[in-house]
Amino acid sequence: MREMDVAIIREWVKKLFMHANYYLCDDIMKKLLAYRKVEVSDIGREVLDKILENARLAAESEIAICQDTGISVVFIEFGQEVHFTGGSLEEAINAGVREAYAEGYLRKSVVRDPLNRVNTGDNTPAVVHYSMVPGEKVKLQVMPKGFGSENMSAVKMLKPADGVDGVVEFVVETVRKAGSNPCPPIIVGVGIGGTMEKAAFLSKKALLRRLDSQNRDGYYANLEQTLLKKINNLGIGPQGLGGITTALAVNIETYPTHFAGLPVAVNITCHASRHEEVEI
Amino acid sequence: MFKKITTPLDEQLIQELKAGDRVLISGIIYAARDAAHKKMTDALAAGEDLPFDINGQVIYYAGPCPPKPGMVAGPFGPTTSGRMDRYTPALLDQGLKGMIGKGLRDAAVIDGMRKHKAVYFAAIGGIGALIASTIKSLRTVAYEELGAEALVELQVEDFPAIVAIDCTGRDLYDSEPPKYIGKFEECINEEKVLL
Repeated sequence: MREMDVAIIREWVKKLFMHANYYLCDDIMKKLLAYRKVEVSDIGREVLDKILENARLAAESEIAICQDTGISVVFIEFGQEVHFTGGSLEEAINAGVREAYAEGYLRKSVVRDPLNRVNTGDNTPAVVHYSMVPGEKVKLQVMPKGFGSENMSAVKMLKPADGVDGVVEFVVETVRKAGSNPCPPIIVGVGIGGTMEKAAFLSKKALLRRLDSQNRDGYYANLEQTLLKKINNLGIGPQGLGGITTALAVNIETYPTHFAGLPVAVNITCHASRHEEVEI
Repeated sequence: MFKKITTPLDEQLIQELKAGDRVLISGIIYAARDAAHKKMTDALAAGEDLPFDINGQVIYYAGPCPPKPGMVAGPFGPTTSGRMDRYTPALLDQGLKGMIGKGLRDAAVIDGMRKHKAVYFAAIGGIGALIASTIKSLRTVAYEELGAEALVELQVEDFPAIVAIDCTGRDLYDSEPPKYIGKFEECINEEKVLL
């Protein structure tokens, strides 16, 4: 058994949210540069240049890349041999968020109630996903998730007979309908299988994977490329003002499902896709 | 290539601006998003005055991060304009001449823009740090209780934007994307790293 003071989690949550908001991930930077080389639209190239310039400026000044510093999503995977001490784990996570958003000059965008919409003032509570695994390590992943893109996400319960064509149609149609709203170039997370909420969870998890990685299963790695081609052939382009750079990557995650169903979820994030992780 | 323009926008300039023009905006603009728009249109519906003289002015759909010490403004990029569509025709009726945001506008907004000769600029979403560097002063005008959603007056210098919809209703979001349908195929062969 390993004892871990929740103060350690609080510190890491704080550090990771600040870092994620200031520094664009290197895999996204590389994709942006690659697409900048081949983008055929003049406006598209100008937009990509500004995005790259912005990332450099934010990193230099240690300020947020984008003012939508998101709702704070936290994935915590802990070994079943870990015993947390020093108080509530969830309170520690929220304390870390509170400190990051106050001390990091990040925007507080969370409202207490979805209909009575009063700001909580400190960006808490975080949306926390727990999972337990064998061993005694703790893996912490944070994602400040902007809502321009979150609002364009969707879940659909397809019929098994819809098959892969149905999945392709739903994903491409979701991106087409989103158009300029999610701040393209976007990254598309796709969750296939499980149940309704499992598919949605997988689609968000998919956004944490590096853009230069592929699904481990060759079939789904191919499907990722098929979807990316179809999406970038839509013409939407950077900021929806036309071009070939609509998405930088499509990441798919799957799970076994019921023989009567084919749940599919699409979670979209903008080019300012921010996430950080640590294994403690 | 960039056209330098100043606010408030005069009628002749508005007529000259065409969809696709790249502009650098200097002068006063007003930042407001969902909650401030609701308050402004509620005030109009109740027969009250708006908290500022909107005639000839430009509204920027945005809510910032707080500024770091020594900085005028925190990251301050545009939000999705479509959420403000339902409030916009009433503001155009009051003399609003320019809007800055990102994404599509609905038919009622575009009709209002044609009728009152107004222009809609697209700012680039996700470059809040860069946009903050164009803000030279900032003053809260009203609704301070809304925090990042308060109505704020900004003095900007060379704020980069693109005319997305001009006063004749020509819409870049309609005209541009169809030109690039299917073009990605041609690019993949040049640069394998895209996939």
